[in-house]
Amino acid sequence: MSYNFKAEMNKPERLAPGHRMCAGCGGTITVRAVLRALHEGDKAVIGNATGCLEVSTFMYPYTAYEDSYIHNAFENAGATMSGVETAYNILKKKGKIDDTYKFITFGGDGGTYDIGFQSLSGAMERNHDMVYVCYDNGAYMNTGIQRSSATPMYADTTTTPVGTESNGKMQNRKDLAAIIAAHDVPYVGQSTLLGNFKDLHTKAEKAIYTPGAAFLNVMAPCPRGWRYPTEDIMEICKLGVETCYWPLFEVEHGKWILNYEPKKKLPIEDFLRPQGRFKHLFKKGNEHLIEQFQAEVDRRWEELQFRCSKY
Amino acid sequence: MAIRERLSGNEAISYAIKQVNPDVMPAFPITPSTEIPQYVANYIANGEMDTEFIPVESEHSSMSATIGAQAAGARSLTATSSCGLALMWEELYVAASNRLPLALCLVNRALSGPININCDHSDSMGARDTGFIQIYAENNQEVYDNFVQAYRIAEHKDVMLPIMICQDGFITSHAVENIELLEDDKVKNFVGEYNPENYLLNADQPMAMGPYAVSNYYMETKMAQNTAMNNAKQVILDIGKEFGEMSGREYGFFEEYRLEDADYAMVMIGSAAGATKDAIDKLREQGMKVGLLKLRVFRPFPDEEIANALKNCKVVAIMDRSECFRGKGGPLGAEIKAALYDYAKDVKAFNLVYGLGGRDFTVEEAERIYNDLAAYDKDGTAFEEYRYVGLRG
Repeated sequence: MSYNFKAEMNKPERLAPGHRMCAGCGGTITVRAVLRALHEGDKAVIGNATGCLEVSTFMYPYTAYEDSYIHNAFENAGATMSGVETAYNILKKKGKIDDTYKFITFGGDGGTYDIGFQSLSGAMERNHDMVYVCYDNGAYMNTGIQRSSATPMYADTTTTPVGTESNGKMQNRKDLAAIIAAHDVPYVGQSTLLGNFKDLHTKAEKAIYTPGAAFLNVMAPCPRGWRYPTEDIMEICKLGVETCYWPLFEVEHGKWILNYEPKKKLPIEDFLRPQGRFKHLFKKGNEHLIEQFQAEVDRRWEELQFRCSKY
Repeated sequence: MAIRERLSGNEAISYAIKQVNPDVMPAFPITPSTEIPQYVANYIANGEMDTEFIPVESEHSSMSATIGAQAAGARSLTATSSCGLALMWEELYVAASNRLPLALCLVNRALSGPININCDHSDSMGARDTGFIQIYAENNQEVYDNFVQAYRIAEHKDVMLPIMICQDGFITSHAVENIELLEDDKVKNFVGEYNPENYLLNADQPMAMGPYAVSNYYMETKMAQNTAMNNAKQVILDIGKEFGEMSGREYGFFEEYRLEDADYAMVMIGSAAGATKDAIDKLREQGMKVGLLKLRVFRPFPDEEIANALKNCKVVAIMDRSECFRGKGGPLGAEIKAALYDYAKDVKAFNLVYGLGGRDFTVEEAERIYNDLAAYDKDGTAFEEYRYVGLRG
């Protein structure tokens, strides 16, 4: 079925308005986009690691979710949902449940790349029929913009502050999508918020309806942490893709597929310049830092192209 | 007709799990509880039960998945020991505050460090404030019986709390003893079906679980848990009585062994009660009026009932199999002394710590303690307020 943006946007929202997330938050846009990929009539249990999303969408006694929802703790969204999914299987087998349920868990990069990594790895390896969606905003935003292993090199965060002796975070970000792909799960997709959302929608639908474990890594900018004007989120995401900082790809049953190749790859400065967290890179004398950043983007892009060219 | 068998504690509880046939069991191996998921996995592999087993990658995940499964509407359980329980600490509170009546089969073992695989109660005593019901056993029979009663207590609508069924590592879990098992259909009928009121997979009414509750709401949730824990007292007694009518083995909060007219008593939890009962029989033959209160239910804590049972004793030794480093005694000592202060001020109580990290507690040790209590009472022989027994000479 062809993708129709207007029809998709006219679907009833499964994340109701009235929650307390910031205006222009990439996390909520991600959640709404992923949940739109659920087929009408299918029920879902939504999971959530502790983070901005959880504390802002389920503040007692109000929930923003139309579907059933479970938050357990910070580091165990994967394990928690694996329990829910297993319960569904046995209750269905025993004839106690008739409806079709899908299981989708959301976590920020803190709950996914770092503290929840083991729990996620276990759930993926056991191949539970669930989707884990990381809304990756590249730092622990809920606690006030501390670095994570998803934070890009040289980003200014509150635990890697730029100072006279510091240029921000010293390490490159972890390539989590590749790590989950190495778990040999049926589906991994990397996406972000783009244009008519076709890329994310398609990947979310594949992730939800491919039997077995699936992982989506979605770049979901945080205007506060990244320090850009809130209304520029779509432009920031586009620059992430056009500079090849955040390539769009899928790994379907082990097969790597590059979804988009910019006609003209933009220099990484175009992605970095609008963001306050990289301001120091544009000071005179720091040109070599940008060169290093560019070299790492190039290296990863070439590696991804190589992986995808093998098929 | 009941079935006579010879089983270890781990075999006994696994057999009870098979008979109850819960829906979901996530677990991660740790000595000495490892055998429980092994036995269950074998029962499943041979079609003897249809529980879904999840071989998780850690104990934190085993409790997390158990919570997820129970929240979804499935009767669930896990098993662990020692550091495994410590790793799931955070989750124990979550299970209790979400009011999930899941079961945890705990095989008591010392906490690290130094690393030690043998019995003491530091794991479950550390978890005493998590909101779990805690029921302890002296031997394999009690472990089996306690598990058969577990879901009836936890799932009772006035309770709705998770339950920990504890047994002593190796001493109970691995020692093979005679046991009387119930027939499958009797257990099945006694435990019944799990039909939760609210659960995630209820198509008619979706639910959200695990909210962020600010100061305006948090405190009421704790009060509600406490009310449920208080309610559990009557439920435990009712279920213990009903179980007795079915099996001939009735259970209450504690067992009183020759306590009624005792001048000198010990209070303890778990397998050491066996050696203590032997010592009591020997000393009674010599004319000493000694007895034992073996505590079965530690959460909810039956303070008034314990104090009433001890009120005619002259001197009591409260035996702790864990240290809480307050400098003056262990957790059982603290709580029983508080109960005596409220309900039986005249009873003199000392607190002793024994059996840490699997240190043997012998009949001779128990006799020595009773004799020391008597010497203190009769001759005023000094007795330390807090004493370690069984230390290397």
